[in-house]
Amino acid sequence: MTEHVAAAPQSQARLSFWRNLQLMLVITRREIRDQLRDWRIILPVITLTLIFPALMNFTAKQAVDFVQRYNAPVIGERLVPFLLMIVGFFPISVSLVIALESFVGEKERRSIEPLLCSPLSDAQLYLGKLLAALTPPLLASYLGIGVYLIGVYTQVEWRPSPTLLAQIYLLSTVQAVVMVSGAIVASTQTTSVRAANLLASFIIIPMAFLIQGEAMVMFWANYSVLWWAILGQVLIAGLLIRTGLAYFNREELLGREIDILNLGWMWGVFRRSFTSGQRSLWGWYRRGVLYDLVELRSALLVTLIALLMGIYAGVQAAQQFPMPPEIIPAGRLTGNFYLELQKLGFISPLGAGLIWLQNLRVLALATFLGMFTFGVLGLLLMMLPIGMIAYITVNVAAAGFSPVTFLLALVAPHGVVEIPAILIGGAAILNLGATLTRPAQGKTLGEAFLQGAARWARIMLGVVLPLFLLAALLEVFITPRVAQILLSGL
Amino acid sequence: MILTEELSKRFDSFTAVERVSLQVGRGQVLALLGPNGAGKTTTVRMLSSVLRPTSGRAQVAGYDVLTQSEQVRASVGVLTENHGLYHRMPAGEYLDFFGQIYSLSAERRKQRIHSLLEQFGLEQDIRRSVGEFSKGMRQKLALARALLHDPPVLLLDEPTSAMDPESARLVRNAIHTLRSEERAIVICTHNLAEAEELADQIAIIRQGRIIAQGTAAQLKERLLGPPEFEVRLAVSLDSAALRLPIGAVLTMRGDDWIRFKTLEPRWVNPAVTQALVEQGFPVVTLQETPRNLEQVYLQAMSAASVNTAQTASGEVI
Repeated sequence: MTEHVAAAPQSQARLSFWRNLQLMLVITRREIRDQLRDWRIILPVITLTLIFPALMNFTAKQAVDFVQRYNAPVIGERLVPFLLMIVGFFPISVSLVIALESFVGEKERRSIEPLLCSPLSDAQLYLGKLLAALTPPLLASYLGIGVYLIGVYTQVEWRPSPTLLAQIYLLSTVQAVVMVSGAIVASTQTTSVRAANLLASFIIIPMAFLIQGEAMVMFWANYSVLWWAILGQVLIAGLLIRTGLAYFNREELLGREIDILNLGWMWGVFRRSFTSGQRSLWGWYRRGVLYDLVELRSALLVTLIALLMGIYAGVQAAQQFPMPPEIIPAGRLTGNFYLELQKLGFISPLGAGLIWLQNLRVLALATFLGMFTFGVLGLLLMMLPIGMIAYITVNVAAAGFSPVTFLLALVAPHGVVEIPAILIGGAAILNLGATLTRPAQGKTLGEAFLQGAARWARIMLGVVLPLFLLAALLEVFITPRVAQILLSGL
Repeated sequence: MILTEELSKRFDSFTAVERVSLQVGRGQVLALLGPNGAGKTTTVRMLSSVLRPTSGRAQVAGYDVLTQSEQVRASVGVLTENHGLYHRMPAGEYLDFFGQIYSLSAERRKQRIHSLLEQFGLEQDIRRSVGEFSKGMRQKLALARALLHDPPVLLLDEPTSAMDPESARLVRNAIHTLRSEERAIVICTHNLAEAEELADQIAIIRQGRIIAQGTAAQLKERLLGPPEFEVRLAVSLDSAALRLPIGAVLTMRGDDWIRFKTLEPRWVNPAVTQALVEQGFPVVTLQETPRNLEQVYLQAMSAASVNTAQTASGEVI
């Protein structure tokens, strides 16, 4: 009896899963049928599937013959797998156009409205369309790879290893998912295909860089690096799909009819969120900044883990690429050390200002990078100084000096303030980058981003910048004195 | 069937719909009238759980539009302002696609598609691509899509726009039939004659607010005053002084006609006829001056404009 009761929700969940899948596939089937009726899609897909691989075969054959004449077979050996990757990539480039057409095109033609009025869920619609935008270009890509491989085997008897073949298939697949999911995010923010095409540059340019990087890997022939490219893109695709699911919703799709830059409204949202409705500085700290710090706890934890990873990476780097002991400066800290710094003008308010400005520059760069990478690159940048400290500490220890004394002398006096500032700043940047991946909760992407930016600005102005200023003052006026006292006796 | 209470929708700083309260029962038709951008489409979108209300609440077919959106969407048939058809798809395939979305069985889909296409005179075009259809045919196909799953609530945005008179009549007749099947229907239209013909209730919306609501007769009385009657006389009035009985108020006069208003036509009209005859003006005809929804609409809009202007000047002061 108990078993039956327990089985019922399970079977219901199974039914619901199949029902969801069924409805999603209804959308996918219609979209694919529609694509197959459109010669503008069919023609490039056929060309890139059948004619382009044959052209690449010809190129590969000619290149191999040519370089063999000059006894440089390695170029030919590297060119053939590189072309394999290109043959896999070219057909999936069409997926970007299909996705833009499928999402924003339907929105522009208003044919999406009857679908939005139907019982379909946002996720069913999103995933159905995602699958439809991926399937034909991916099938074309797989087929193109097959055509290329047959040709290249027939002509120069080259066969890829099963691992490389799997890597190329996976790479093509994740690239397509990244492009399509990126195109969907762009589509949710526009009301016309024209505007979406403009926004698509944010997908095309990074993809172009990525392909160049992958091309270098293919010529370098260190194919294991491709796994990292695949993993990185899987993560990016995951974040883009999460963002797409959060913003591909009825409210966002039909709630805005025109793309207007409403600066007054933007400033209003930012100002309201930044001030948290408080009129006094104390109230702003108590109700705004402190609340933010509590809200940041998950981001703080992730940043802390990232900083620990930075330490680990620094230690690893020190073991692999040790510094020559003669350049370790600890032993050279004599009585002149403080005077030398004074002569350089370092021990002055200007010196502190320069350090502070340098930290602000890093913070600004990390924020800029973080905004476009869901906070990831921003966090990596914030990990850098921590990793460098770890790297130098290990080298100092390897040179026979006490790492504890080194840390207490050169890092701790200002680090006690600067490291928490890095931690909180990194968390704020991560939080801002992650704003785009969170569910909309009735807000537009722009509104959510503006509120995220206001929160970021509040933490920066309220906590991080004052901490960095204090750290800079300590670094200039206290650290050299402590360093001289502790290290001159070494 | 449809019940809204203080329903509002704001987009950023713009209020599209403000505190709209409506009630449409089974077998009733509500016509939502208003200029472009008044908030009609936004109201329909909230009623079909496509947009989330910013405040207020609404129930459609017994389901809450906010918390039971999937059930609401399954219970409504929506004819959108733009047809939203796929031009490369044949008509039959298009309806079959929507039938699958509404989880109709293959047999039911086939039966409904044939019955609806036949009803709208499109059965010969089942295999033709929608792109080859005329505007009116597309509108009829979109209406067939809205009716495909036999929904208890219909939300029709401009159901007869772009249709020739014959097709428009066909659609209006279809709406009459649908009403008799005890559905709740909301029609957004600019065609006031159509609204008067089809609707049991009229709601006039301006700048997101309902400015007038009621039956056509109620609105006429409320906004245009008591009914007006015109009397045609057999002789010229010249400048003769006229004495009308108590209860009749003279509103206009011409060479051989007069107009008067009364709250009690049943008693006053015979008395007016008698008084005119007694004063030497034989009556040829007496009939009510036709008053249509257009007058009501224009009067409502004009009154609302005056109110807005007064409110604005009051704020300045």
